[in-house]
Amino acid sequence: MNLHEFLTPIQDICRRPGPFDRIVLTSRVRLARNLKDTPFPGRATKQQRDEHLQIIKPVVESLTSMKKGFSQELNDLADLDRQLLVERHLISRELAKKKQGAAFVLSKDETCSIMINEEDHLRMQVILPGLQVKEAWKAVDKIDTQLENKLPIAFSGRYGFLTACPTNTGTGMRVSAMLHLPGLVIAEHMQQTITAVNKLGLAVRGLYGEGTEALGNVFQISNQMTLGETEFDIIERLNKVVVQIIENEENARAKLLESNPEMVFNNIGRAYGILTNAHVISSKEAKNLLSLLRLGLDLGYFPEMDPEVVDELFIVTEPAHIQHRECKKMSPEERDIMRATQLRERLEGMQRPSMQVIAAKNDDRPDTGESDSSEDTQSDAQDGSGQET
Amino acid sequence: MICNVCQNNEATVHLTQMLEGEIKKIDMCESCAQKQGVDEPGMPLIDLLVGLGPSSSETSEEDETTPSTKRLVCQVCGNSLADFKKTGRLGCSHCYEVFANQMDPMLRSMHKGIKHTGKAPKHFKDDRATRDQLEKLEKKLQKAITEERYEDAAVLRDSIKQLSEQATPADEPSAHP
Repeated sequence: MNLHEFLTPIQDICRRPGPFDRIVLTSRVRLARNLKDTPFPGRATKQQRDEHLQIIKPVVESLTSMKKGFSQELNDLADLDRQLLVERHLISRELAKKKQGAAFVLSKDETCSIMINEEDHLRMQVILPGLQVKEAWKAVDKIDTQLENKLPIAFSGRYGFLTACPTNTGTGMRVSAMLHLPGLVIAEHMQQTITAVNKLGLAVRGLYGEGTEALGNVFQISNQMTLGETEFDIIERLNKVVVQIIENEENARAKLLESNPEMVFNNIGRAYGILTNAHVISSKEAKNLLSLLRLGLDLGYFPEMDPEVVDELFIVTEPAHIQHRECKKMSPEERDIMRATQLRERLEGMQRPSMQVIAAKNDDRPDTGESDSSEDTQSDAQDGSGQET
Repeated sequence: MICNVCQNNEATVHLTQMLEGEIKKIDMCESCAQKQGVDEPGMPLIDLLVGLGPSSSETSEEDETTPSTKRLVCQVCGNSLADFKKTGRLGCSHCYEVFANQMDPMLRSMHKGIKHTGKAPKHFKDDRATRDQLEKLEKKLQKAITEERYEDAAVLRDSIKQLSEQATPADEPSAHP
């Protein structure tokens, strides 16, 4: 079976429900583990990496969670497929760059992915839809416990699990939740949110993790510290923070609708207009507009539309997915045209947003002091969407 | 201008950085610059200067510690202290012992604490539990002896003997407090 026969169609993955999935796209827990007394991948020779792979891969493939799973060495993986897996968050950008000795193993339902010879000998992750960090931890913990019985894992009583990068030492665990926060972005509360979250020892990053931009108002919140705290404490804290951010996002949306509904309607209406009529569109613009469409869906302005379509478009309009569909390499310019075509096709027949009912209430909008600041927000946001090309 | 690193080629890469309020400069040829990873964003100049020894104008605190610790090399993976400082990565599990002096301050600056309190592999947990129990029994034994309860002491001594025969020897680095 090849990779594409194995992979679950995107529309099916997007249809998996999860708690709070209006705002939390996915939850992920990743553990870093290494074999002891032998060089980590970054320090190992090609031959050593191969030897490590021969030790680790059969053990990983034999895990109960990996029954009917899929495994492949990076050596045998085409460039486009590497990128495709990154776009699906099934392998890291770092693993996608590796060749000799690197491999990945996916579970049947693709919720579990184990990378071999990335920065560490083993990187195992479980991704679940919605807010399910505790469930993801339970699943990855189970896998880890099975592995520790079969592999000589590097562990010290003092420092915990030993990893190539000291920022992972200890639990070796990175917990993250991917949040869609258009309300906080439009209300310009995101900077405040990031500062507050950072103070609690959590990092806020973009869609593809470290060093990436927050496209489409999607933010990844993750723990920074891995040593000196139990897994339970780290997960509890992150879960609490995410629940708080969900509340803040809901409040920001409600407040925007109350104080400045035209601006919200304008943003969503323009997004609808461009996405259904564009003939050339960049990945960045598509994401930012799809985010607004998603917001419109959440607010009930597209009652006829299948809510999963937007999440699906988020992924299928990514560069590798477009090229895979067209079965050829394409230049960025060609992709921008194909992306627009795909969006128009997929959104064809989509009803215009019905925002009139609530819009009628505008006349009696209270003229409070708050409207001053929201006025600024409005013009800024309009500039933003107007400039986007 | 000659390259500060190889002292051979023409220097074409000129790096200037503010470090602790002082301006530091370094001139390198292109191949040395590449080797040192100059194009990587956020690469601190201090790492380069450490690797160079006292070729620059003044010796910083970092330079003084260099000669003695620079020779530290991990026997398992060949990672040297300079490698570690440059890449920020350990080369293998053994490196944690080799660079033990550098680890604690580094980990302290990154994490909540420097003692692991989370999950431990089962075999390790069992060892830890056994050691904890042995410690307890030892204390009880001492107490029994000082209180001249010799019958109790004999029982305790037997259980200690039995338990320590079961326990696998603790691996050295794990035995830290």
